[in-house]
Amino acid sequence: MTPFLALLSRDLRLSVREGGGAALALVFFALVATLVPLGVGSDLALLAKVGSGVLWVGAALAALLSLDRLFQADYEDGSLDLIALSPLSLEGTAAAKILAHWLSIGLPLTLFSPILSVFFGLSAPTVMALTLSLAIGTPAVSAVGAILASLTLSVRRGGLILPLLVLPLLVPVVIFGAGMAVEVQTGLANGAPRFLLAFSLGATLLSPFITAMAVRLNLAG
Amino acid sequence: MITSLTAEKLAVQRGSRRLAENLGFTVKAGQALALEGANGSGKTSLLRLIAGFLPAAAGRVTLTDDGREISDPEERGRFVGWLGHHDALKASFTVSEQLAFFGKLYNAPSAGSIAGDASGASPVTTGEEKRMALLDQAHLLEQIGLARQAELPCRYLSAGQRRRLALARLLLTQRPLWLLDEPFAALDVAGKGLVARLIALHCGQGGMVIAATHEELGLGNEVLRL
Repeated sequence: MTPFLALLSRDLRLSVREGGGAALALVFFALVATLVPLGVGSDLALLAKVGSGVLWVGAALAALLSLDRLFQADYEDGSLDLIALSPLSLEGTAAAKILAHWLSIGLPLTLFSPILSVFFGLSAPTVMALTLSLAIGTPAVSAVGAILASLTLSVRRGGLILPLLVLPLLVPVVIFGAGMAVEVQTGLANGAPRFLLAFSLGATLLSPFITAMAVRLNLAG
Repeated sequence: MITSLTAEKLAVQRGSRRLAENLGFTVKAGQALALEGANGSGKTSLLRLIAGFLPAAAGRVTLTDDGREISDPEERGRFVGWLGHHDALKASFTVSEQLAFFGKLYNAPSAGSIAGDASGASPVTTGEEKRMALLDQAHLLEQIGLARQAELPCRYLSAGQRRRLALARLLLTQRPLWLLDEPFAALDVAGKGLVARLIALHCGQGGMVIAATHEELGLGNEVLRL
């Protein structure tokens, strides 16, 4: 367990120190949540209707911002070679990095969302459903993102192609995530929580293995 | 302790380019092998192949550990101490944080467990005693000439100091098979002497060293030309 925890705590410290991590994601999220109501206007009923969707899109895009650095930084400075030779398997490495990404970005975004939902005049039960859906869905964003970040590792200017590849895979997360809040608002069961949970579980469980395979390919390149 | 590394009819390929063919060598415990060759002749690729990153285009590499033959590349990697072309240091981490992280990642015996023998650390002695002292981070830094920089973030280190820190990490990981890519690069005269001493010491303790270099290792070692 020690090598896993060592890598996890190093990645968390790096995301705090080298900037660009948690702080950037939160600022971006706050900007989206502030600007959309200003652009849409003061129609509270309309804002309440689109609020959960806008917040979900904002959170998902904010989580993507620093995704290209997930493996890239370690790949470029040679750290990934040393990590690959350590007792920690590449699957363990991928899991540690996904967990670090979620703890430093997904979790803060989730905790921040109730504050930002004030801009949209969401009801208390809707806010709770939204926060819960972010808690369930953001690990999937980190997990799916890790797969594509590792696949585009040795692509020069990979940062450009990465969001384009990730976006279609995030569609289910955003639909079901926002759907959870909509379910509470409309009072009509739509099955979103179960789909979101299933997608998130599947993605987080499979991702470390797929990511490890992709890292292995890139180290050989 | 591992006893030998053997390569048979090895071919090194990068992309579609065949860099070297029909390579064969054996390194036994206590031996060093120098890889020589012009820039771009495949020295680094051969090291990456031995470390298990790059698949062999032909032939095979076998590591013998206590009579057990290991040919799985990823298992072989668990024996490798790697000093690559890049220093693999994070700008915002201090020298001691850097070492503490890799110590934990590699499950190296912790500094605290043997910190008891504060024998005053004469920089270079020989034998088992020093091997033990190396495990202690403070001793390690003294050994490598970075004792005064311990709390300095790596962004303030010079190229030579970064190289020294990479060497300290190599010692810390306690691996029997050292793969060194240009170990003398960026180092001053004293630093080069240090590398030569460390290689001799490692071999003296039954370790193995394969180094890609343009300079003499000074060990009466074997040389493989690419």
